[in-house]
Amino acid sequence: MTLAVDNLRVYYRTLKGDVKALDGVTFTVDDGEIMGLAGESGCGKTTLGKSLIRLDGRMFVQEGTVHLDGVELPLSDDKGMNAFRYREVSIVPQYAMSAMNPIRKIGRMISELLDSRGVSYDETLPELSRRLGLVGLDDSVLDRYPIELSGGMKQRTVMVLSTLLNPSLLIADELTSALDVSTQKAVAEMLVEFRDRKFVKSTIVITHDLSILYQIADTILIMYAGKLVEKGTATQITEDPKHPYTQLLLGSLPEVGLRFEDQRLTGIPGRPPSLLNPPTGCRFRARCPLAHDKCVEEPPFVEIEPGRFAACWKVTA
Amino acid sequence: MLELKGVTKVFKTGMFGKEETVAVSNVSFAVEPGEVVSLIGESGSGKTTVGRMILRLAEPTTGAISFDGTDLATLSRRQLRRYYGHVQGVFQDPFSSYNPVYKVDRVLGMVRSSYLPGLSTSEWKAKLSDSLEAVSLEPRDVLGKYPHQLSGGQLQRLMIARALLLDIKFLVADEIISMLDASTRIDVLNLLGDLKARGVGILFITHDLSLGNYISDKTLILRRGRIAEYGPTPKVFGNPSHAYTQALLASVPQLHRKWTTTADPNAAPVTSAPVGAVVGEDGLFEVDKGHFVAVDEGELA
Repeated sequence: MTLAVDNLRVYYRTLKGDVKALDGVTFTVDDGEIMGLAGESGCGKTTLGKSLIRLDGRMFVQEGTVHLDGVELPLSDDKGMNAFRYREVSIVPQYAMSAMNPIRKIGRMISELLDSRGVSYDETLPELSRRLGLVGLDDSVLDRYPIELSGGMKQRTVMVLSTLLNPSLLIADELTSALDVSTQKAVAEMLVEFRDRKFVKSTIVITHDLSILYQIADTILIMYAGKLVEKGTATQITEDPKHPYTQLLLGSLPEVGLRFEDQRLTGIPGRPPSLLNPPTGCRFRARCPLAHDKCVEEPPFVEIEPGRFAACWKVTA
Repeated sequence: MLELKGVTKVFKTGMFGKEETVAVSNVSFAVEPGEVVSLIGESGSGKTTVGRMILRLAEPTTGAISFDGTDLATLSRRQLRRYYGHVQGVFQDPFSSYNPVYKVDRVLGMVRSSYLPGLSTSEWKAKLSDSLEAVSLEPRDVLGKYPHQLSGGQLQRLMIARALLLDIKFLVADEIISMLDASTRIDVLNLLGDLKARGVGILFITHDLSLGNYISDKTLILRRGRIAEYGPTPKVFGNPSHAYTQALLASVPQLHRKWTTTADPNAAPVTSAPVGAVVGEDGLFEVDKGHFVAVDEGELA
């Protein structure tokens, strides 16, 4: 398996105390798996993605290990991680628009980037232009400035650029959220194509949009308030969610064809708990319609059937 | 109630305004009381510009917008204030819609001082609790708080409550739920349904087709400033006739239905008007009762 995350806790240091954004998560991503990571804002999904490649100044690893292809990633060692970044772990940030240097032509920017990793631009150029061709761009983009490209073109360029050295793990954080529906589809399908062509071994797609994960992901992992809630195949999660949170979340999504007059959907009352002093026990307890006495104890994230995980007493009992 | 007739907006761009960008081109539609019209388009389609013109934050270059029969362009300052008493807007980002150093009470209180100066304190309090109740907010949860202490869903509901303090007849809702989380956005959307039941007309501007389909009575698909398709929502979504609408619907990610690579063969787009059909000045012709589709841009020229 490509990625094994074991009991990872990543906290943010703030003046008021540590914000426990990622509080003990354990999961694996298999070779060739596209895993969707979904949850609402503040659930820790972006923290998880970031901690796998670069911790920012306020973040620190409290506990836990991450193995990529059997090698432990030195998450807390900013310099030590450099050996892995881009070659082994790569990221496509949410805003491709701001991911590129605005005052460099794209070709030059790529050449500088490759230089910094000790890779020759001229030798990579044929492969680069082949891949640009795959996503429907021609070599002329290399002579352009980022401002000359549309949002979709930039996002595709960044996709090609991030995966140029065939990383083992690609993290795509809200890749399509800023795009229009028609470009969104093209960019999302590229993720699958890149996996099929073995440009990347495994991919984690971070998004709040479950419907896009249903289209492209093999498995979906749902997070809530810094904890894992449920993992299963994309079909299992969408067709037969086990955890009450997943069920309520799916129940609040309007689909094309559903109308207000016919069926009134409802949201989930309440709001997620503060992660500064998270409640004990199940974190969804306060909003959960099925909560009972047992929920004051923390439910473990366990395998309920092969490949299917959930953290809820109702499901595991 | 609200009517747009041949509205066009041209922005001058480039150095010294030499170039022109047509943001909205020949758009006509009407919204009746208790009707939700969704305006769907991708970025740059001119949907926000339409909303801004209705709120008179921008003026149409040609064409006219009228509310209850009065042309907006003719409103005097005093009449404009009265107009804003009936027509309000709520925008995308609830976090930047508020003055961060004002408490919620003060934000709402400004409505009282601007529009309802004659109201007694007890009447005001009753009104306040009514409108907070209408958006299902507990007064003690929100009053006396600063905007940063509230969640996005609460702030967005407060914006709607603020509009409800006035006796509004029309609401421009511009991407009001795009920034909210999935678990709370449906509640705000349902709120629009409640407003509709009170007889408020709503222009629901969005890029999300499933949200538009859920809430609206009529749908208007905007493409590069022009109407591509317009009609009752079940007709536009059930029988999309413009190639653009079909392409949009095919790319919407849906649960329980995977993206297909082959287009539906039965759904050949209608691009040219059948013989005998009347093509309007705006390039639209009727394919079904109340269901309009634009002819090809080339054909129009």
